[in-house]
Amino acid sequence: MSVVIETPNSPRSKKQANWEKYGWIYMRVSGAALVVLILVHLISNLVVPEGGIKAINFAFVAGKWADPFWQWWDLAMLWLAMIHGTNGMRTIVNDYTEREGVRKTLVFTLWGVCAALVTLGTLVIFTFDPCPIGASLEALPSFCPAQ
Amino acid sequence: MPTMPAGTLYRGKVGMWSWVLHRITGVAIFFFLLVHVLDTALVRVAPEAYNVVIATYQTPLIGVSELGLVAAILYHGFNGIRIALIDFWSKGAKYQNVMFWVVVGAAFVLFAAFAPRHLMHVFG
Ligand code: HEM
Repeated sequence: MSVVIETPNSPRSKKQANWEKYGWIYMRVSGAALVVLILVHLISNLVVPEGGIKAINFAFVAGKWADPFWQWWDLAMLWLAMIHGTNGMRTIVNDYTEREGVRKTLVFTLWGVCAALVTLGTLVIFTFDPCPIGASLEALPSFCPAQ
Repeated sequence: MPTMPAGTLYRGKVGMWSWVLHRITGVAIFFFLLVHVLDTALVRVAPEAYNVVIATYQTPLIGVSELGLVAAILYHGFNGIRIALIDFWSKGAKYQNVMFWVVVGAAFVLFAAFAPRHLMHVFG
């Protein structure tokens, strides 16, 4: 089956929730939030720390996630950006695929990857242990007790 | 040959090329984000594992590529605001061309402020 596009000048044929419209609105609302979330993310990780990218290591991440503020900041970024990016990729797949089976498979894969990474990232943020037992002391943040 | 329709927003010129760039940068950022969630997840495996992988982000080759990533995000983010303004602001379509150059200008200014610092860190 080929992809069917409804003629834009006729009324919507299906009496269902207008998911395309919600998706369209989501791209714009999440995009506005992501500008702030990502700019602050880049500034706080690459510009503010002495040494920039060279200063990033486990201890740096542990220091940030010791503060619930940055945990929630990163969580918001993770969810908003993954869903925004996946939905954007879905639009692109819809544009370029010719066969319905191929389109469905790709869109299904996109949302599967999205769900897996959002779950993984959420678990990482909230089950993170800044002072894991058995880790070499020089890799840990200074606030960890000596083991 | 059909004659050129008047007043289209998405065919030819700035309206079209801004969209092409928006699409390419969107895809690039998406694939980076997949990798970035995975590399960050290594903090849950072992501090040493995370440090080994993050050290590759500090090499000259990847360090310079990060400039491309930052440029892509600045453009995509600011142009996304432009798209929303075209859609929601009554004068948006009228000023889409000016807004494109504001987007490029703002992205360039922030990029110029960031790039030298970042390169100093990568090569310093
Ligand atoms: C920085 C803030 C961002 C803003 C303001 C923004 C804004 C937008 C907007 C308005 C659209 C158009 C949606 C439509 O036409 O319905 C879009 C598309 C898209 N965005 Fe973003 N976005 C941002 C961040 C991101 C991030 C972090 C990613 C990747 C994870 C991403 C990936 C995409 C993709 C793949 C598309 C589809 C492009 C297309 O259909 O041509 N964006 N974005």
